[in-house]
Amino acid sequence: MYKNKITQALLLATGISFAATSFTTLAANVPDGVKLAAKQELVRGNGTEVASLDPQKTQGVPESHVIRDLLEGLVNQDAEGNIIPGVAKSWETADNKTFTFHLRKNAKWSNGDSVTAHDFVYSFQRAVDPATASPYAWYLDMTTMTNASDIIAGKKDKSALGVKAVDDYTFEVHLESAVPYFVMMMGHTTVKPVHRATVEKFGDEWTKPENFVGNGAFLVSNWVVNERIEMTPNEYYWDNAKTVLTKVTYLPIENQVSEMNRFFSGELDFTYEISNEHFKNLQKEHPESLAIKGSLCTYYYNFNTHKPPFDDLRVRKAVSYAINRNVVANILLGQGQKPAYFLTPEIISDFSPELPAYGKMTQKERDTKAQALLAAAGYNQSNPLKFSLLYNTSENHKKLAVAIGSMWKKTLGAEVTLENQEWKTYLQSKKQGDFEAARAGWCGDYNEPSTFTSLMEGSNTTGGIHYKSAEYDDLIKRGIETTSASERKELYYAQEALLAKDMPLAPIYQYVQTRLVNPHVGGYAGNNAEDKLYSKDMYIIAE
Amino acid sequence: MFKFILKRVIEAIPTMLILITVSFFLMRFAPGSPFSSERTLPPQIMENINAKYGLDKPVMEQYTTYLTNVVQGDLGPSFKYKDFTVNELVTAALPVSAKIGSFAFIFALFFGVAIGTIAALRQNTWIDYCVMSTAMLGIVMPSFVLAPVLIYIFSINLGFFPAGGWLDGSLQYMVLPVLGMAMMYVATFARITRGSMIETLNSPFIRTARAKGLSFSYIVLKHALKPAMLPVVSYMGPAFVGIITGSVVIETIFGLPGIGKLFVNAAFNRDYSLVMGITIIIGFLFILFNAIVDILLAYVDPKIRY
Amino acid sequence: MLTKKQNLDALDNFSDNLEIEGRSLWKDARIRFMRNKAAMVSLVILLAIIVAVIVVPMFAEFAYDDTDWYALHQAPSAAHLFGTDSLGRDLFVRTLIGGRISLMVGVLGAFVAVVIGTVYGATSGFIGGKVDRAMMRLLEILYSIPFMFLVIVLVTFFGRNIVLIFVAIGAIAWLDMARIVRGQTLSLRGKEFIEAAHVCGVSKWNIIRRHIIPNVLGIVAVYSTLLVPSMILTESFLSFLGLGVQEPMTSWGALLQQGAQTMEIAIWQIAFPAAFMVVTLFCFNYIGDGLRDALDPKDR
Repeated sequence: MYKNKITQALLLATGISFAATSFTTLAANVPDGVKLAAKQELVRGNGTEVASLDPQKTQGVPESHVIRDLLEGLVNQDAEGNIIPGVAKSWETADNKTFTFHLRKNAKWSNGDSVTAHDFVYSFQRAVDPATASPYAWYLDMTTMTNASDIIAGKKDKSALGVKAVDDYTFEVHLESAVPYFVMMMGHTTVKPVHRATVEKFGDEWTKPENFVGNGAFLVSNWVVNERIEMTPNEYYWDNAKTVLTKVTYLPIENQVSEMNRFFSGELDFTYEISNEHFKNLQKEHPESLAIKGSLCTYYYNFNTHKPPFDDLRVRKAVSYAINRNVVANILLGQGQKPAYFLTPEIISDFSPELPAYGKMTQKERDTKAQALLAAAGYNQSNPLKFSLLYNTSENHKKLAVAIGSMWKKTLGAEVTLENQEWKTYLQSKKQGDFEAARAGWCGDYNEPSTFTSLMEGSNTTGGIHYKSAEYDDLIKRGIETTSASERKELYYAQEALLAKDMPLAPIYQYVQTRLVNPHVGGYAGNNAEDKLYSKDMYIIAE
Repeated sequence: MFKFILKRVIEAIPTMLILITVSFFLMRFAPGSPFSSERTLPPQIMENINAKYGLDKPVMEQYTTYLTNVVQGDLGPSFKYKDFTVNELVTAALPVSAKIGSFAFIFALFFGVAIGTIAALRQNTWIDYCVMSTAMLGIVMPSFVLAPVLIYIFSINLGFFPAGGWLDGSLQYMVLPVLGMAMMYVATFARITRGSMIETLNSPFIRTARAKGLSFSYIVLKHALKPAMLPVVSYMGPAFVGIITGSVVIETIFGLPGIGKLFVNAAFNRDYSLVMGITIIIGFLFILFNAIVDILLAYVDPKIRY
Repeated sequence: MLTKKQNLDALDNFSDNLEIEGRSLWKDARIRFMRNKAAMVSLVILLAIIVAVIVVPMFAEFAYDDTDWYALHQAPSAAHLFGTDSLGRDLFVRTLIGGRISLMVGVLGAFVAVVIGTVYGATSGFIGGKVDRAMMRLLEILYSIPFMFLVIVLVTFFGRNIVLIFVAIGAIAWLDMARIVRGQTLSLRGKEFIEAAHVCGVSKWNIIRRHIIPNVLGIVAVYSTLLVPSMILTESFLSFLGLGVQEPMTSWGALLQQGAQTMEIAIWQIAFPAAFMVVTLFCFNYIGDGLRDALDPKDR
């Protein structure tokens, strides 16, 4: 809650023309009395191998982690998840449509060039340029940046994009509608700058260690695909004096147990995630190394509302009510996950709507209600509800599918077929509506409800396409168009209320991010909900 | 000999062509695209990406383009690892798997044949049962069980070897993966050797040799071992290719940048060009090593003619 | 008057009859197999396991898919002989029920591999020349085709089906077998008794059937026992791709895979399925050896 208030204040402030002036400078702020280790080298687990180090070509979380150390955008986040200045030392807006960023004059690329507004103009244009084919080009479209969607569609030249370098150190952005959380969105990977001369000289090869030019705190020095990425400090970085680490290594380790083993054999300072089954044991034996924090993600089951049996609202509701979310969150997962009754996780800033009616009931009441609804829909013992639940192959998804399947069987007498598919086949089935109920999950791109609620918009091929509600689409549209922050908030609440009423999806739980962090790592941002961890803020404490 | 090699080279061309064609179309039949993701991309963005990678063209055209490039030695850009070409990825990954695989293979061949021979000589005694049971454990214990056990004992408890990583193939990083990989093949070689050795020892020519009064160990080493190797050699070709093209399980558990993991990830990611590239390499290796095995077979048994 | 061909046929039939009346290869083998103690004991244990996996789950206290939120990861006890898994399901029942699919896949898969591999390898090796080369090139292609895509495409077009498991597994398992049999055949082809059969005018197919195959059966028996465990493990990989058994149903491969993830904290989750698998495979192993000894035509 505390965190929410700060961000709320920030949001309101940006809404009424606001110039950031004095922020406490944040880099590796080593508290007094902490003795630093002689060897300042950090090894981070990073899940899977990165697809690219080019910010305009990536879309995954592992990529974001690495790029965050290599390139610096307009704004950064502090340990609590608040927006703090990055390359932009201050910014202002009068109407939430035109934003002016004042860049710091001492920001430099790793070859000594200054980071200027022109670099940002180039990079933003590059993100929407069809020739770049960025998978996250829609992100700029989402900000309603002038002409972004036309450029993506190839109808306009990229120079028409609503960005402008007023002078070398003043960068201006024009949006088509007012977006008060625009500054917050500028912390994303897709809007990081790239060095134009380097990109144009080397083309796709520019991210190779020997060619790489960046403006972040670190520089990539060695990259072995599927094994490691090594970085050393960038001496041209404007705040390099505060960087304590002398080397950062990212290891792509997909298997959670292997990652844990390497952590305990001392090869890793913090892991990317931990295995669910080991959590309780770790809690008992290594409590000092466990780091748990809330995360901007929701786990849910999608229903295909265009196909029986889920074209019947009563069936959707019955199936959703019969999920014992407390068992899932507290017993099966039990790391601090919370039962979910909204698509948007409650940790998101400025989001605390009233629980829907079914969220307030006890599980027993929900079960009774579910049975009644199902009976009303015409299912009974001689005609049991039959459907299949699709999920992508993974131990965790399987575990929950089996558990929830058995809840449905016990409570509703439903005969559920579990169907797992490998990732790409699963995506295809979901996209084509070739499923009845399917597992889904989403993690926010920025700390604002629209990153979640837009998923169920009728044109969204991930979720909304199987829902297609004119009423919901209207609420989304009004949410984008409104200029009042409080009205927008009410609209988000209305969207969630409509989802609870129509039940096109059954929210299940809200994620937490659990890691093993060696206690000698200092500066780990344990409260950053978006998991934006900057290696430059970290240091190794002497044992 | 020269004629044999020439024939093989000529045959290899249609073989590779069929392999490329079948794999190419098989892959396109599989659901999912390299660029599908959790949040489905807006159609315009998808079009842009497809255009960039030439996926917007008719499949037949993509096929001919691909074939033309392959003939020129260009395996194309990777769809998933956007900063690398397939050539770069394969050149980096193959040596890793080949190095571990070769060590594991030599280890497995040596111990497998030794164990199998000893067991055969002491057929149905307690030595036979002990040795073979131990070897069998290697088969029964899949690598996804064996590897974590090795790590648990030698890395976490004893701290002798690192629990994973490669670091340019330094020795201490190789010990556990090589062991983890070799165990299964030790048992396989031992089983095949034992069976075939028993059969050979019962052959008339061995009886003759024994009747002549030659020492038994001399007979085994000089006369029996070579013909008994026949099925081992036949098995070696596919086994060797299998082992040097890496094990996904071992590479995943030990975090090695090898080609086995690269291949499986590529398949999961529908990284068409990378899958094709590695398929071509594997096909080439199969053809090469089967040819070598055929030469070896003729050496082991001079009566074999092609 | 009999033509020469009829003459030969008659001769063939005659010799066939002769063998049946005398001690046929097969009868002889059976007698020798029965005398092999290790093999017979293994056979009995194996039959006991097969009966157990079929019958016991029907009478067990728990069903294989009964979850219990308050008994997660329980160590073996009187209530749960083999302990419970991460969802509180009884592992005793799950281990037994998992044996059904695994034994079926293991045995049938190996059988398919043996039949196709032996016939293919023997044919290729015996006929030789262009046919051999073409057949071996086909083998190389099959080896190199990305198996995962084959499975994914199979699932996409035919859906989930138990028969598909055998098709998929059979499709790869026989390749090694064919190579080995071919190698043996190449060597047998030069042997005197084959040449003698040739001279007598026995047809190629009959030589393969009656002379080559019995002589390679020894190595085939040995190698096929090696195939069984790899079949069982391949099945769990197929589950990963969406083919194979689906939860809440299970198999030994799947149980091992899951157990391997929790080895450090719940050893029983891997120990019991592994024990079953080890015992079964040792049984197959000794039966394989017994068969090898029994089938060896030189060793009468």
